[in-house]
Amino acid sequence: MSTVSELKDATADFLERAGALTRFSSRLLWITPAGFLRPRLLAQQVYNAGALSLAIIMISGLFVGMVMGLQGHDLLARIGSEESLGTGAALTLLKELGPVVTALLFAGRAGTALASEIGLMRATDQLTAMEIMAVDPMKRVVLPRFLGGVISMPLLTGIFVMVSIFGVQLIGVQYFGIDRGQFWSEMRSYVELSDVSEGLIKGLVFGVACSLIAVFEGYNAEPTAEGVGRATTRTVVVSAVATLVLDYIVTALLL
Amino acid sequence: MGRQLGHPAGRGAVAGGDNVAVLCGVNYAVDHKPVLRGLDVEFRRGEVTAIMGPSGTGKTTLLRLITGQIRADAGTVVVDGQEVAGLRQAALYALRRRMGMLFQNGALLTDIDVFENVAFPLREHARLPERLVRSLVLTKLHAVGLRGAAKLMPQQLSGGMSRRVALARAIVMDPDILIYDEPFAGLDPISMGVVMRLIRSLNDALGISSIVVSHDVREIAQIADQSYILSEGQVVASGSPKELHDHPSPIVRQFMEGLGDGPVPFHYPAPDYYGQLLAAGKAAR
Repeated sequence: MSTVSELKDATADFLERAGALTRFSSRLLWITPAGFLRPRLLAQQVYNAGALSLAIIMISGLFVGMVMGLQGHDLLARIGSEESLGTGAALTLLKELGPVVTALLFAGRAGTALASEIGLMRATDQLTAMEIMAVDPMKRVVLPRFLGGVISMPLLTGIFVMVSIFGVQLIGVQYFGIDRGQFWSEMRSYVELSDVSEGLIKGLVFGVACSLIAVFEGYNAEPTAEGVGRATTRTVVVSAVATLVLDYIVTALLL
Repeated sequence: MGRQLGHPAGRGAVAGGDNVAVLCGVNYAVDHKPVLRGLDVEFRRGEVTAIMGPSGTGKTTLLRLITGQIRADAGTVVVDGQEVAGLRQAALYALRRRMGMLFQNGALLTDIDVFENVAFPLREHARLPERLVRSLVLTKLHAVGLRGAAKLMPQQLSGGMSRRVALARAIVMDPDILIYDEPFAGLDPISMGVVMRLIRSLNDALGISSIVVSHDVREIAQIADQSYILSEGQVVASGSPKELHDHPSPIVRQFMEGLGDGPVPFHYPAPDYYGQLLAAGKAAR
């Protein structure tokens, strides 16, 4: 009996949150044009979400690429096609690994920063103070941060993929001695513009999802230390799951 | 309409003797638990009006009703001639531009310095030349004695300084109404005295109306023209500080004299003390 009532409560809670998220996103979408009228605020948030995530994106990208170089070479050596390492790695990174890993790193670095910053502003009455000063916190605080994340994600995805391919090249060409010309020319022959755009589209979709979840959780955080902590944790968990689910949906639509 | 209060002669310029805000028969409940029950309060223009009372009696709720953050379940809240509940967001924001509010913790924006905090409402609402913004901000900071702290970040300020900066921010748009939520809480005696004098002098110098929510009876007595004491969501006494001081009601006496027990009990409702201790002893055995 208690399991049934718990299930009922959980369903009601889920539906309530889903409804709140829908209302929140509709409002955000409605005011989005206003976000571009304040380029300085936007640039500041692109810097916060994008530029400050560069180090973690580049370091992770390099090592993901190097691991792909090692594993890819081991796999391709078994069928005697080591020279296809560049193509295989580039396609995997562009279409799949690049956007997904970047989104997971983005959720961990920028998403948590956004959620905790907005949550703390709520807990310390800064958002209420803005409302009393007749300043809409959705426009002044939430929107620039959301757009900053959306703009940053495809850029970070591109940078992640480039650094990863450099990592693959480092292992494949420098370490295993695959012919440099063959490595790059095969990649150029088989990788098409649609593969690049698929990665960037995924980056954009994941950027919208991760940024939306982060600002929603922060804005609706309980105004306590525990509430802000919970909002931050939920940001990472929900963003990660949303990224993987959306990855499947976008892949199915684009193939 | 609520009761008309006598206006003490002397301090405060009463603009036409009208009210800046009136709450009439206001009910408000949270999770079916009543916070305000048929509250009638009037705030006279040009005066410092204090709202006092024990914790949890609905003082902050009253401020949230006046600023339109929440809406009453029943009754009317009229501010500057407009019924707050009927206002759409644009009209509510227009009304709020005529208000300034000082939060208990200051609520300064932590990512910008003191100068930018005070300049924030100006930058958001007015397109003024930078020189004018600078002059206005420095003037307001000078009024609260913190012109020299313009470049400090909020994290570098003491509690009293934060509140003074927040006060400068609250007056930078030259509001008609200034609202203070527990302005003295947690302040040392020097800061308390400074904030107290600022509330009175700003009210008189700028010709505004002030609403102060506070527990601090002695400080409020020195600056308020009128005071209301709330208990369990209702007004139990109102009048000038002297009238409240001589008030015969036991609950007013308890509050004014700071007695630990009385109509407002010291203990939160609990089962019989000895019975509970004995039961705990038996359970341990």
